[in-house]
Amino acid sequence: MEENIKELEAKQYIVVNIGQEQYGIDIKYIDNIVRMQRITRVPKAQHYFKGVINLRGEIIPVMSIRLKFGLEPDEFDNGTRIIIVKLDAQSAIGIIVDEVKEVVSLDESMISKVNTELDEKNNYLSGVGKHGDSLISLLNIQGVIND
Amino acid sequence: MDVSQYLEIFIDETKEHLQSLNDQLLILETEPENVETINEIFRAAHSLKGMAGTMGFKRMQRLTHDMENVFSEIRNGNMKVTADLVDVLFKGLDALEAYLSNIQESADEGTEDYEDIISQLNKILNIGLGKETKEQGKEEVSGADAVTGITVQSDSSAEKFRNLNIQSYERKAIQKAYDIGMNVFGITVYIQETCILKAARAFLVFKSLEGLGEVIKSQPDIQDIEDEKFDFDFSMVLLTKESLENIEMTIANISEIQNVYIDHLTLEQSADDTMEAEEENSHKQEKSNGKNTVNTKNNAIAAKQSSKPVVNRSVRVDIEKLDVLMNLVSELIIAKNGLVSISSSEGTSRGESGFNEQIEYLERVTTNLHESVMKVRMVPIESVTNRFPRMIRDLSKKLDKKMELYMSGEETELDRTVIDEIGDPLMHLLRNAADHGLESNQERIAAGKPEVGSIFLEAYQDGNNVVIEVRDDGGGINVEKVKKKAVEKGTLTQEQADVMSEKDAIDLLFRPSFSTADTISEVSGRGVGLDVVKTKIESLGGDIEANTKLGAGSNFIIRLPLTLAIIQALMVELGSEKYAIPLGSIQTIEDVKISEIKYVHSKEVINLRGNVIPIIRLDKVLDVESDHEVTDHLTVVIVSKGDRLAGLVIDNLIGQQEIVIKSIGKYITNNKIIGGATILGDGEVALILDVNTLV
Repeated sequence: MEENIKELEAKQYIVVNIGQEQYGIDIKYIDNIVRMQRITRVPKAQHYFKGVINLRGEIIPVMSIRLKFGLEPDEFDNGTRIIIVKLDAQSAIGIIVDEVKEVVSLDESMISKVNTELDEKNNYLSGVGKHGDSLISLLNIQGVIND
Repeated sequence: MDVSQYLEIFIDETKEHLQSLNDQLLILETEPENVETINEIFRAAHSLKGMAGTMGFKRMQRLTHDMENVFSEIRNGNMKVTADLVDVLFKGLDALEAYLSNIQESADEGTEDYEDIISQLNKILNIGLGKETKEQGKEEVSGADAVTGITVQSDSSAEKFRNLNIQSYERKAIQKAYDIGMNVFGITVYIQETCILKAARAFLVFKSLEGLGEVIKSQPDIQDIEDEKFDFDFSMVLLTKESLENIEMTIANISEIQNVYIDHLTLEQSADDTMEAEEENSHKQEKSNGKNTVNTKNNAIAAKQSSKPVVNRSVRVDIEKLDVLMNLVSELIIAKNGLVSISSSEGTSRGESGFNEQIEYLERVTTNLHESVMKVRMVPIESVTNRFPRMIRDLSKKLDKKMELYMSGEETELDRTVIDEIGDPLMHLLRNAADHGLESNQERIAAGKPEVGSIFLEAYQDGNNVVIEVRDDGGGINVEKVKKKAVEKGTLTQEQADVMSEKDAIDLLFRPSFSTADTISEVSGRGVGLDVVKTKIESLGGDIEANTKLGAGSNFIIRLPLTLAIIQALMVELGSEKYAIPLGSIQTIEDVKISEIKYVHSKEVINLRGNVIPIIRLDKVLDVESDHEVTDHLTVVIVSKGDRLAGLVIDNLIGQQEIVIKSIGKYITNNKIIGGATILGDGEVALILDVNTLV
C-alpha cells in the first residue's frame, strides 16, 4: 500500500539525447513521438524553428532544441525523432531530439532543484534527476516553448 | 433540478429581448405616442422578467420588474414618455446587458444592484402617478395576466390533479404536512400549444415552485417532463406554507402558460395505492438522485474553470441548410461507392473512363459540400451592427453634437468567428468618427455644412472579401497635425516628416499610443485605439486603411476574408519550395522581359498597360535559395489590395487548386507574410502567402 502511493507520486519522464547530454521531458505533456520527416521551412520565423510538418492533417511547428540552446545544428539520422508536445489542447509543437532512450520514473527524492536565477539557460531546466549512475536534466518544457 | 442546461436558451432569448427593447425604445424616443411600440416593449420586458426570475437571477428580475411597472403605466395611458424617462430606461437596459454578460461569463448575475436606476424608475413612477402608486401596482399585476392570456378557472374536468395516483408514503407526507399546518395543493398547468420549449416552461414552473415549497408528486414524473414526454399539461402535488393565491400568481407569471388549475387537496380525494407502483416510483427517485449528484459534480468542475465562458458559442441553423448538407453527405457516400466498384473492375477500359467520371462527380459534391458548410457558418453582419444606432444616440447626447447614423448592407454575411470579433473594432471606429471626425454643430454651420453630422456604416462584398466602410462627413484628418505630433513624440524626424506621403502619414495613426486629440475625453483620445483595431482586424486575416480629405471627412476601410477555411489558390514554385497565393487577390499573370523593368526611387517597377506596378522579388522577401537559372523573362503574378497593385516574381507556376487553410500555430511569430499553411495532395505542406501584407 505504502509503495503504491509512492509510485503515484513519482513522475514519469521520457529520456532523450540532445548532444552529449540526457534530458528528461515530463510524460504528461507528450502527445506523440514521430520519426523525422520532411519539414517545410517557414520564412522569417525565429531562427530555432525549423518549419512546420504535417501530422495526420494537422500543421505543427517544429523547433530545434539544439539551436535554441545554442548547440551546433542538428544532423538528422535514423535515431532522430520529433517529440510532439501539447501544453494545451489547441496548440501542439514539435521538438527535435537526437534519440529517444527510455521512460523512467523519478520521485521527488531523486530530483535536485537547480537555481533558476543562476543563468538564463537554467530557465529551461526544472531540476536534475538521478537515475542509476546517470544524471538527467529535466526540461522545464513550458519555459523552453514559451520563452 | 439543474438550470444550467437552460442557460444557453436563456442567454439567447434574453439577447433577443434586449435587442428588441433597444430598437423599440429608439423608436419610442422619436414617436412617444406609438401604441404598438409601447405594447412591444411591454411584452419584451414582461418575458424578460419571467425568464430572469425562473432562472433564479433575482437582481435582474427586480430591475426588469421595476422597468415593467413603468411600461405598464405608459401602456395604460397614466404616464407620458419623456426624454428623462427614456434616458433612465436606456440605463436600465445597459444594466441588464451587464447582468447578461456576467451570466455568460460565470453563470452568475454578479452582485451589482443598480439601486440608483431602480430608485430613479420609482421616482419617475411616483411623479407620473401621484400617490396612487400602491393601488396601481395591484392593477398592473392583473393587467399583466391579461396580456399573457393566463386565466385561472376552476373547471373540474380540467383539474387532472384530482386523478393523481397517491402512494402510501406520499399519503404520509401529506398527512404530516397537514399536521404541521402546511397547505397541500393539487395543481394542473396547461402550457400554450404554440410553445416551442414546453419542457423548459414546465421546468420553470417546477423551479419556481421549488422555491416556495416541496413538490412531492408529479404526473408525468419529472424525468419524463424534462424529456418532453408529455402533452400540454402536467399535474403535481405541492406542500407549501404559501397561500393559494401566491402559488397561482407565481405560476401565472411564467410566460406561455395557458391555464392554471389549483385547489386544496385532501386525502379523501386520492385514489388507492398499489405496492408495485410505489416500488417503481422509489426506483425512479433514486435515479433522479443519482442524476443530481452528477450535476453537482459538473457544477464543481464548471466553477473551477470559471475563467472560460460557461456557454458554448452557437449558431442557429436553418433546418433547410442542414437538409442540403445531409443530401450532400449521402451523395458523397454514393460517389465513394462508385469508386469502390471501379477499383474492383480495375484494368478494363470501362474502369478507366468510369474512374474519371467518378472523380468529377466527387469533385462536384465536395465543392457543393464546402459551399453549404460555409453557408451554415455565415451570419449577417446585422447581428453586430444593430446595437450601433443606440450607441450613436448616446454619443450624440454625451458629446452634445447632432449626428445621424446611416447603415447599409447589414445583410452582408460573414463567418461567425469574424462576426464575434468585429464588433469592438467597428464600435471604436464609430466612436472615433463621432468624437474626432465630426465637428461641433457651430463649426459645421460656420463651414457651410448641414448642422447634423452624418456617419455612414456600409458593408458589401468585393470578390473574396467583405468590405466594411466607416465614413463621416466631418473635418477629416489633418495630415500636417499628425506629422507634427509624430515629430514631437520622436516617432519621426523633421526630415522624414517633410518627405512623407499623405498615405504613410495617415498610417501613423495605426501605431500604438498615437493620438492627435488635444484633450483626452471620456469617449476617446487615449491613443489606445486604432492600433488595437488594426491588430484585431489583422488577427482575423483582414486589413484596414484610412482615406481622408481635409474638410470633407475621413473613411476607414476594413477588408475581411469572406471564408476562413477553404479558398481557391494559385500554387507557385520558388526554388524548391511551394507557396499558395489566394486566387481572390490575383489580377493577372504576366510574362515580363527583364529589359522592361524600370527603376523608380531605386525600386523595380514595370509599366503594364499604363499602370506603373512595383515588382516584389518573392525569393528575396522569403529568403529562398533560388536555383532557377537566370533568363531574360520573369513570371510575374499581379496581385491587388483594394486599388493598389503589385507584381510578385515567381519561378514556376504549378496551377490552380482548392486548398484548406490551416493555422501554423501561435508559436511561430513575427511572421505576417505567411497567412497559414495547407496540405497538398501528397501530404506535403505548402505555405499560404498573405498578399495584403506584401503589397
